[in-house]
Amino acid sequence: MTSTLSALATAVATEGGHGGGQAVAEATGVFDLTWLLIAFPLLGAAILLLGGRRTDKVGHLIGCAASIASFVMGVVLFFAMLGEPADGRAFTVQLWEFVNAGGYSVDVSLLLDQLSISFVLLITGVGSLIHVYSIGYMEHDERRRRFFGYLNLFVAAMLLLVLASDYLVLFIGWEGVGLASYLLIGFWQHKNSAAVAAKKAFVVNRVGDMGMVLAMASMITVFGSTAFDAVFASAEGASTGWLTAIGLFLLLGACGKSAQFPLQSWLLDAMEGPTPVSALIHAATMVTAGVYLIVRSAAIYDLAPDARTAVVVVGAITLLMGAIIGCAKDDIKKALAGSTMSQIGYMTLAAGLGPAGYAFAIFHLLTHGFFKANMFLGAGSVMHGMHDEVNMRRYGGLRIMMPITFVTFAMGYLAIIGIPPFAGYFSKDRIIEAAFADNWITGLATLLGAGITAFYMTRLMLMTFFGNRRWQHSEPPHESPSVMTVPLIVLAVLSVVGGFGLLYLGADIVDWLAPVTGEEHHELPMPLWLLITITLATVVVGVAIAWALYGRRAVREDVPAGNPLTVAARNDLYGDAFNEAVFMRPGQYLTRSLVYFENRGVDGAVVGTATAVGGLSGRLRRWQTGFVRSYAVTMLGGVGVVVLAMLLVRLP
Amino acid sequence: MNPTNYLVLSVILFAIGASGVLIRRNALVAFMSVELMLNAANLAFVTFARMHGNLDGQIVAFFVMVVAAAEVVVGLAIIVTIFRTRRSASVDDASLLKL
Repeated sequence: MTSTLSALATAVATEGGHGGGQAVAEATGVFDLTWLLIAFPLLGAAILLLGGRRTDKVGHLIGCAASIASFVMGVVLFFAMLGEPADGRAFTVQLWEFVNAGGYSVDVSLLLDQLSISFVLLITGVGSLIHVYSIGYMEHDERRRRFFGYLNLFVAAMLLLVLASDYLVLFIGWEGVGLASYLLIGFWQHKNSAAVAAKKAFVVNRVGDMGMVLAMASMITVFGSTAFDAVFASAEGASTGWLTAIGLFLLLGACGKSAQFPLQSWLLDAMEGPTPVSALIHAATMVTAGVYLIVRSAAIYDLAPDARTAVVVVGAITLLMGAIIGCAKDDIKKALAGSTMSQIGYMTLAAGLGPAGYAFAIFHLLTHGFFKANMFLGAGSVMHGMHDEVNMRRYGGLRIMMPITFVTFAMGYLAIIGIPPFAGYFSKDRIIEAAFADNWITGLATLLGAGITAFYMTRLMLMTFFGNRRWQHSEPPHESPSVMTVPLIVLAVLSVVGGFGLLYLGADIVDWLAPVTGEEHHELPMPLWLLITITLATVVVGVAIAWALYGRRAVREDVPAGNPLTVAARNDLYGDAFNEAVFMRPGQYLTRSLVYFENRGVDGAVVGTATAVGGLSGRLRRWQTGFVRSYAVTMLGGVGVVVLAMLLVRLP
Repeated sequence: MNPTNYLVLSVILFAIGASGVLIRRNALVAFMSVELMLNAANLAFVTFARMHGNLDGQIVAFFVMVVAAAEVVVGLAIIVTIFRTRRSASVDDASLLKL
């Protein structure tokens, strides 16, 4: 990975101006094999999931091999791309025609450009490390083969998501990662909480998917196509109203997948899944798909300023919400999940700033992928050594027992709070700069977020690795096996050099992405050195407060009462309570009243009619006495009536 | 003789026949009452033929006799069969064709 990064930096040529419309060429040579990226993990998933028990013994190796093969393919493609001129690095690979109905057609074709290759390397690189880590983490799970099958399925779906060149094909990958996420959150489905969390993630994601479906339907209405090139080329001609609507629909989709406000509630519960899953899907890759979607749809957002404002607002709210939630959680994974929400909020905010922020969003996404995966895997390593204990109030002083985990975690910690020269400093600082250049409110939100981030990460660090030992001494914690620590070390190195490497080794990731995302230089309202100083001072204040509260005095094992904000944060800022009161209960009442109406109204009418007809025929039956005489009377009466009628008619 | 008297007689016979069918339980008596009604109708037909001076009514009367003869054959056969199986000639006993 490191060699890749430096190569990325060295070979990037400078591309100025407002880009976003580079020519896309038909793939030739090695680019023709882009489909192999998806094929490897898909094949792995097929073998593992269809092969059954026969593949139990080697299942984890097949899973890792599939992921690593895909990564190698990604590296090959990346170097091949470096060999092309800077404005000719986008290629399409036409695979087959998917839908052809009247004037609407969808091709399954892959789009390989600077943006998607960045994601490919992140997904397969970090994914492969997490595959390797899982060998150790899931060693004692008898369903390990199935776990690797799901992981491969996820990698394949995620690669399809980032490589698709049509919103409909992207949506297939989008749903594929949703499925893999569902299966993996609920992997330990014997635990009721895991099964419920999986269902919750699935349901909340469906809300976001409705946004995607509406966005695609709007595109078909306005542009007659869902292909990227067709939509982006004709976006200029569409009305602002439609573009804003499409932008908002896409934002809804992004909110569902990326756990942004108001669809954030599923991510914290998703921590019920095995920790490698949390690291891969719910920190590094899948939850960033929403950011990818917004950046990819840059051509639409550039023309819809209102939609962009909505993106910024959503990002700002989520980054503060996630940070506040992260401050109060005692569950180490949930604290990290709050942090993930918050960091993705940063990315969303940056993506909402337009061409000035797209590249920074992706930059932060990549560095976040490194250091957050690192910390999640570190948390998994801690849990592994602590017999699956997740409550940080039962940790303490673990730096002696788990030196490798501690050091690697510390790298991730320094990266996320933004201490130079660690990765997060470069990426987050760029976002804060861009936010201040845009306006003061977003700038202050990002600055405040940085301070809170420093607080909760320091708290997590102090409660876990420092302070008094609060665990049971009968079973002392132990360091994890090397199959788990090696991925940690690699990710720790990336957390250290990732930001610097992507930015200064040769050239800038911003220039690398410029042909796709465009570029725009902003004017800061204050000198850059002042802003950096203020940011670092905020971070130091956050660290100092956390140290005063958790480092200087012993951490209590029982949960203190806390102030109202702490209680609210422990309850996910009442997001679940809100959803329950506003959506779930009325929905239940609606269904109950519908059931009542169905039983009493519809059934009543049908059954009532049947009873009435039955009763009436019961009465009519009495006429048939079986006595010939009574029939004869009827006949006579009938004849009498006929005669009378004839007389009446003929009388005049 | 005034033909109207024959018509009146015909009506009286028909009325006797009809009330016999309605009132009597014995199948044979009811059957004879049916015959009486048929013959009352025949009488009316013949009287009308006489009154109008043509043969139409008489021809119809012959048809009625033929039909009545056929009906007697079938009807008596049914009554005899019922009597054999149920040892009764009462029409009320043969009331099984109901729900």
